[in-house]
Amino acid sequence: MDYYKMSAAEAAGALQNKEVTSQELTASVLRRIGEVEEEIQGFITLLDENETLLEAEKIDKARASGESLSLLAGVPMALKDNLCTRGIPTTCASKILRKYRPPYDAHVVEKLKETGTVLVGKANLDEFAMGSSTENSAYYTTRNPWDTTRVPGGSSGGSAALVAAGEVFFALGSDTGGSVRQPASLCGVVGLKPTYGLVSRYGLIAFASSLDQIGPLTRDIRDCALVMDVIAGHDPRDSTSVPREKENYTDYLGRDVKGLKVALPRDYFEEGINAEVKKVVMEAVRKCSGLGMEIEEVSMPYTSCALPAYYLVATAEASSNLARYDGVQYGYRAAEAKNLLSLYKKTRNEGFGPEVKRRIMLGTYSLSSGYYDAYYLQSLKARTLIREDFQKVFENYDFIVTPTSPTVAFKAGEKTDDPLTMYLSDICTITANLAGVPAISIPCGFVDGMPVGLQVLGRPFDEGRIFQFCYALESLLGVRNQLPEVNVKRGG
Amino acid sequence: MSHEYEIIIGLEVHAELQTKSKIFCSCPNSFGQKPNTNVCPVCLGLPGSLPVFNESALDLALKAALALNCEISTFSRFDRKNYFYPDLPKAYQISQYDFPVARNGYLDVVKEGETIRRIRIDRLHLEEDAGKLQHDPSGSSSYVDFNRCGVPLMEIVSAPDLRSPEEARLYLESLKRILLYTGTSDCKMEEGSLRCDANISLRPVGSKEFGAKVEIKNMNSFKAVQKGLEYEVYRQEKLLREGERVYQETRRWFEEQGITLEMRGKEEEKDYRYFPEPDLPPLNITAERVRKIRELLPELPVQRASRYIEEYQLTPYQAEVITSSQGLADFFEETLKGYRDAQKVSNWLLGDVLKLVNEQGGEIGVLSFQPVHLAELLSLLDEGVISGRTAKEVLEETFQTGKAPREVVQAKGLVQISDEKSLLNVIDKVLAENKGAVEDYTSGNKKALAFLVGSTMKHTKGQANPQLVQQLLRQRLDG
Repeated sequence: MDYYKMSAAEAAGALQNKEVTSQELTASVLRRIGEVEEEIQGFITLLDENETLLEAEKIDKARASGESLSLLAGVPMALKDNLCTRGIPTTCASKILRKYRPPYDAHVVEKLKETGTVLVGKANLDEFAMGSSTENSAYYTTRNPWDTTRVPGGSSGGSAALVAAGEVFFALGSDTGGSVRQPASLCGVVGLKPTYGLVSRYGLIAFASSLDQIGPLTRDIRDCALVMDVIAGHDPRDSTSVPREKENYTDYLGRDVKGLKVALPRDYFEEGINAEVKKVVMEAVRKCSGLGMEIEEVSMPYTSCALPAYYLVATAEASSNLARYDGVQYGYRAAEAKNLLSLYKKTRNEGFGPEVKRRIMLGTYSLSSGYYDAYYLQSLKARTLIREDFQKVFENYDFIVTPTSPTVAFKAGEKTDDPLTMYLSDICTITANLAGVPAISIPCGFVDGMPVGLQVLGRPFDEGRIFQFCYALESLLGVRNQLPEVNVKRGG
Repeated sequence: MSHEYEIIIGLEVHAELQTKSKIFCSCPNSFGQKPNTNVCPVCLGLPGSLPVFNESALDLALKAALALNCEISTFSRFDRKNYFYPDLPKAYQISQYDFPVARNGYLDVVKEGETIRRIRIDRLHLEEDAGKLQHDPSGSSSYVDFNRCGVPLMEIVSAPDLRSPEEARLYLESLKRILLYTGTSDCKMEEGSLRCDANISLRPVGSKEFGAKVEIKNMNSFKAVQKGLEYEVYRQEKLLREGERVYQETRRWFEEQGITLEMRGKEEEKDYRYFPEPDLPPLNITAERVRKIRELLPELPVQRASRYIEEYQLTPYQAEVITSSQGLADFFEETLKGYRDAQKVSNWLLGDVLKLVNEQGGEIGVLSFQPVHLAELLSLLDEGVISGRTAKEVLEETFQTGKAPREVVQAKGLVQISDEKSLLNVIDKVLAENKGAVEDYTSGNKKALAFLVGSTMKHTKGQANPQLVQQLLRQRLDG
């Protein structure tokens, strides 16, 4: 049976009712992988199938012996390949970390292991999570399951495509400027960027430390809440992780949303947003009034500062975070270096791809003496203004709704020569990272057969009510856990 | 030294903080393990690892800052100092740039017990240490030992207030005393737990502008700091006299050759691209925390020394030597609880006691010889139970065995003979045996008395009370 078509919650329910075993679920996704992975190319590392099945067997045995298990125990999943997994290659889709096997597990990996989920493999991404299409992966471009001539978005494109193609029940990604939400939107799945500080970054290989958050990519809202129940919570190993009481996110599902207020910022519906995409999003928004919600237009005047501020902050931090890949302790080391300086230069020149180099150079430049005040410092000020924009809106409204991506998935190769156009893919998503607020993308319809995502932003740590709202919206829209037929369109 | 040029020196001191664990991870803060055995993903800077600040490093830094009379910052944070070097695994050092823990302090520099100058402290900040490179003697390869990565350091930067190489050394000695007193650093230069770089420039006397600043590195002892600076004064003065320019640069001190050589020029100065460390929140410095630490501050060496001069009438020299180590000063005060004469305690402490401590190579206060022992010994002397010579013997025995002086005296039968009758018996014998000396004495040669005292002491194997012997002899001879 095609178990892989179930949502994670449905699969978990079937496991609990002993209608299915974890081995059967795992075998089902492995079969699906066998059918479509050659076309999708969502994995960088696919773990040995027998060992994956052995992990599933362990859970089945534990269940059979009456052990009390977590809800997601036995459910197969994937991790973005910038999350450290002990003894399993963690490459960041970079040549510089091609053979790198971390000696420890990321916090979220520990949590998922404790829960008993079954790791199938590590998902493709743009190198070091820098990009919006997975075309910056040093290995290959992942394809959009809805149309394999198109990109899945990025940087968590591998994670999104795997979930959409039925190759795993859910996946984790990371979101620095939209890297979970934009691919979720382009692949027709749910993707959440939690509040900064809600999920520990320990073991997430850093791109931009003050913006990075780990988030789930799932088939529906319930799955997203389930995964958040596992990965959210304080971790003393991450000093930016916020100590607060753990919530039960699934509790919010099904609660009434009547009277809750939605803000529509006109600044997110103007320039650069495809008219068809806008129409689909607006239709979905209109339906919210049917839920008894109030919807009003607002203005967030500093939105236009977001893109430049983001590319200054993110690249500055990246230039420092990526300096450690120097060929000395681990990872790729260039051969035939004559001295220390040439070791550094050759290693980094050969090990990094063009987009990573571009961002390291940008960041290095903006932090350099004489430029710091004009660039980095200004971007911090802009960041404060953007945060204040959000605070003001959230004084009167519970949520902000926008499109997730200005367009549906674009063709592979379409934007690779023009980095600035590529950067505009993030225009609706980067503000949430700059302000640190939670934001989710949920499927809300289609344009030309390609999925369109709607973004909901909420107050810091208000993930519970975001789920409450989106769960109601999801049932209203009737777009939930829709898997595409994966057709071979390439190469013909 | 010339009177044409004024010497301007500022020092940057790095002191390892005596915390139990490293500054951003839980690896022990210890010295001397096998390479790369005291490490974890965090101090190795592995991808995905994150720093967690060890708050006890801040407590120690605050303690040192208060002892150095600094203003404690209400806002302080970490920054990243970016540069490539194989001993720096993240390729940035977590340090502090524009918001250090403390600023604007001062340190009184002491020479032979007298405060000679007040040197301003510009700033005190926290940072992590780097690893160590080891070069293969063949020159073909180098190895990195990451054990020292993440050891907490505080950097203490003085204002350019020092005016001679000797003053620079005295500043370091005074600073070391304070750090030892406050228990913030063990200041072992040979283990690298205290390191010093110096900035030096010369300017014509009377000039208000500073000359070109030269930074000197690799001075591995206080003496080396003085010698390195003396060489640099000589070098710069020679250049200036000959009408040449002194260039702003970094120079390295070569101890064996006694010279400094250029390491890098001004144009090669690195741009460290400091920016706020996004992985760590600002430091948590509250007034309450500062107040609690202030309460823990011990009496500092300079204050203690002046108290000794005032309270116990010690000489400045005695006071400085005794307060140079906290252990010695504590021993001194502890002894005074059992014996009141501070002058005598000081004499014995700085004389025979320190001599024995040095011979044994231990640390005063830790050895089996305790303050009560010294107090008891001095009381025995005063009571006339033992002679000064015997006292030294008892002291040595107590040092060896830890037995109380009174016990040693009794066990060894060292009690001084103060019984007049038994002494008179001996004296009569001595007078009978030395008729010549008696005649010398009666014919006016008073020196003969000393000979007779000596003979009596010999007969009693040194156990007689010499004052009493002299008195009794006089009675017999004069009477």
